[in-house]
Amino acid sequence: MREESLKLRPYLDEVGVMIGLEIHVQLNKLNTKIFCGCPLDYHDDGPNTHTCPVCLGLPGSLPVINRKAVEYSIKVGLALNCSIEEHTQFYRKNYYYPDLPKGFQITQYDYPIASSGYINIEGEDGEVRVRINRAHMEEDPGRLVHEGGSIERSKYTLIDYNRSGVALLEIVTEPDIRSPKEARRFLDKLRNILGYLDVVDTTLEGSMRVDANISLSGGSRSEVKNISSHKGAERALLFEIVRQKNLLRRGGKVVQETRHFDEARGVTVSLRTKEEAHDYRYFPEADLVSLKVADWAPGIAKTLPELPDARRERFVSQYGVTDDHAKSLTSEKQVADFYEDVVIKCSNYYKPDESIDYYIELDIPSLVAVFIADKLKGELNYRDLNIDSFKVEDMIGLIKLIHENKITEQSGVEVIRTILDEGGTPDEVVAAKGLLKAGSDLVTAAVEEVISENPDAVEDYQNGKQEAVNFLMGQVMKKTKGRADAKEVRKMIIQRI
Amino acid sequence: MITVSQTLEAIQDSSAEEVVSQCIDRIEASKFNTFITVAKESALEVAGKMEGHTGPLVGVPIAIKDNISTKGIQTTCASRILGGYVPPYDAHVIERLKAAGAIIVGKVNMDEFAMGTSTETSHYGPTLNPWDTETVPGGSSGGSAATIAAGEVPLALGSDTGGSVRCPASFCGVVGLKPTYGVISRYGLISYANSLEQIGPIASNVADMTLLFNVIAGHDPRDSTSVPSEKDYTKALVDDVKGLTIGVPKEYFGEGIDQAVEKSVWDSVHRLEDLGASWQEVEMPHTKYALAAYYVIAMSEASSNLARFDGMRYGLRLEKDHDWHTTYSEIRAQGFGEEVKRRILLGTYALSAGYMDKYYLKALKVRTLIKQDFERALKSTDVLIAPTMPTPAFKLGEKISDPLTLYMADVNTVPVNLSGVPSVSLPCGFSDGLPIGLQIMGKHFDEKTIIRTAYTFEQNTNFHTKAPEVV
Repeated sequence: MREESLKLRPYLDEVGVMIGLEIHVQLNKLNTKIFCGCPLDYHDDGPNTHTCPVCLGLPGSLPVINRKAVEYSIKVGLALNCSIEEHTQFYRKNYYYPDLPKGFQITQYDYPIASSGYINIEGEDGEVRVRINRAHMEEDPGRLVHEGGSIERSKYTLIDYNRSGVALLEIVTEPDIRSPKEARRFLDKLRNILGYLDVVDTTLEGSMRVDANISLSGGSRSEVKNISSHKGAERALLFEIVRQKNLLRRGGKVVQETRHFDEARGVTVSLRTKEEAHDYRYFPEADLVSLKVADWAPGIAKTLPELPDARRERFVSQYGVTDDHAKSLTSEKQVADFYEDVVIKCSNYYKPDESIDYYIELDIPSLVAVFIADKLKGELNYRDLNIDSFKVEDMIGLIKLIHENKITEQSGVEVIRTILDEGGTPDEVVAAKGLLKAGSDLVTAAVEEVISENPDAVEDYQNGKQEAVNFLMGQVMKKTKGRADAKEVRKMIIQRI
Repeated sequence: MITVSQTLEAIQDSSAEEVVSQCIDRIEASKFNTFITVAKESALEVAGKMEGHTGPLVGVPIAIKDNISTKGIQTTCASRILGGYVPPYDAHVIERLKAAGAIIVGKVNMDEFAMGTSTETSHYGPTLNPWDTETVPGGSSGGSAATIAAGEVPLALGSDTGGSVRCPASFCGVVGLKPTYGVISRYGLISYANSLEQIGPIASNVADMTLLFNVIAGHDPRDSTSVPSEKDYTKALVDDVKGLTIGVPKEYFGEGIDQAVEKSVWDSVHRLEDLGASWQEVEMPHTKYALAAYYVIAMSEASSNLARFDGMRYGLRLEKDHDWHTTYSEIRAQGFGEEVKRRILLGTYALSAGYMDKYYLKALKVRTLIKQDFERALKSTDVLIAPTMPTPAFKLGEKISDPLTLYMADVNTVPVNLSGVPSVSLPCGFSDGLPIGLQIMGKHFDEKTIIRTAYTFEQNTNFHTKAPEVV
């Protein structure tokens, strides 16, 4: 115990924010539920269409563990640097709620499948380690649909058991997080790792549900439930800090309680206090035998893909990209795959030709990194699209055009925008929009014209006013409709005057 | 009583439909309140379509305890809370029976949710013992044993959580087996205490019981605790105990044992000795703690297993709905009987924070010690023999108002469930016209040896030929 507290991260500010998270991850990439054979592709179907005696909890039905769910959980455990228990055992958590058809939830208690791991994140004060206490498997309850949308106002509630029995992995951190922003970064990092493992489709609603524990200066903590997005987590925690701070400032006391996050209003409201806490009467689930998972782990470890941190380091060492670019490229598996695909294909199919005047400032891997991390990602985010919306072939074509000095970087961005908005290939867009770089004669002529048309600016420059060059450059770009290379234009103007 | 071979002959002479029809007539005329639901229509319909069906039980009527799920036939656990509940699926054993050609003629009475030793806690009224209608048939599978004893059907299924097959088999003078935990799939058996119970076959003689057992045993992927068993148990029907070593645990002849019971059991041991077996006394020192451990574990599991009965999806529904807290509470208050409520409350208490170590976890430790008792005792012996029940059937109403006395009646049956070993009860004598049951316990998965011992005993005695006079 003492060792544990010694390891605890110090507070970052005088308020003493301490945050721990519990994340329910739906293993929705499985084919079936955790204890029965019902398929998981219910999202487009009507309520209660993907059910059977087991997930409806009908009298006499029995659970049977989904092997694949155990394998996925071990995979996540290993990726979070956890140790896998020798044996794992399921327990019953007893409580009544209408979404729980058996009157208990099958979950884990002692002997969770994975424990004592960590994730490194970028903290407020550099890279920090957030320890994972444990990851345990359990079944998702059904979904309650309050007619009219609100639990207070609805006359009746409907229950959809399609979700009942979907495999969940609950990941519990130690209270190592020190700010709402860190909480969000942790969640983003976790989502990234889960994406790399291909065990969860995080775009589906409810695939990552967060409960957050937060306290100030070692005071009582409140647990905030019903957080459904990473942004929501940050907002809920910011609200809690202000609420607890104000309470303490007025001489009040923070009581240990469970609070509900109202996403629409951005506030948390009290659900129940410690005195009203449930006694869940955990005891072993005798219908499921204990699993010797230690034997499974080595085989599963061999199937682990390269994880974000390792890939980031490799991108830096193998491709020579900057750390920031590597971070950005690996923050989503699909983007990293896209990047490597482009780089590898460029070097395979694209043989530079000595007669061509190359864009020499950056090598291909760095140029690709710039175009994906700094340009394409921004355009995709702006349009709320993902990387699938842009073809690898088009990126290769675009890189080729830039690298061969045929279009400017600025035109490159235009090509990306046009393809996303209207379609077409880079060559088509360049031809249709006349983006080919202006020939050197044309640029020289434009420079000459601009210099003779703007004697004042030339004089300003000669009197030491450096900004005058920018003005002259702007005029040249206008005349060449942006098809001239800015750096070259600058060079030419300075030489000329 | 009727045997399977008599039934198969009758089907040959007439038809399955005719035999099932006569069976249903007997059930409907029963004076013992053996059935809760008679599946007359479906039974006759299925019996009429037996042409070409092959299997060991083609056309043979069977009664099913009302806690085993039967597709299309109401399954109540003898509780008001499950009134009108018709399962949409068959239990594993029902699938097996249908494949073997057996005809399900209905669902038999039991203690509510299998919680009892007398079938007096049923919401549908007590079943009467065909040997003496003023006494209980035993429980909780009282309907299953009584319907066999009354000669209504040749075969029945019961379930045994703490003696619920063996006790009524003993009180009604029939044969009942509690198999090794895991030999029969529990899929479809409505749980009372899931770490303890097994479905068990009941019949008028050892051969029929074994035949039924053979049909329903075997691995089922839907029950994680079920184990493979490919043995043909009927091969154990051999009249030979030469070289068999019997252990007699003296702790099973303790305080309160009826003298006639004690004598009959010892006579039986000696009879087997005459037939070539040898016997020795064995010690099972933790037996005295078994009853307390059993009730703590069973009630704890029950408190959780019965949580699903809230009237939301099936079963009892009140006329007016309130908020869910109130509705759940009212349905459970009205739907469960006294004994069920007692066990849910005590089980909830035993699992509560602050009490769990003292009760539930301690009971688990005792369970381990009981298991070790069996392992030790069965190291030097092949089977253990003891009275199934310390007394013959008691009077209706005699113990029902005193739960503790009633619980004490299970003293010789619960250790078997705690350890998971198999055990058979068969008739071995009479006391004032009431049957006495002999309990033969064996090693885990060694049903064959207890069946051989029981069969040999039966072949060389005539207790099984006696039947109550049913007028």
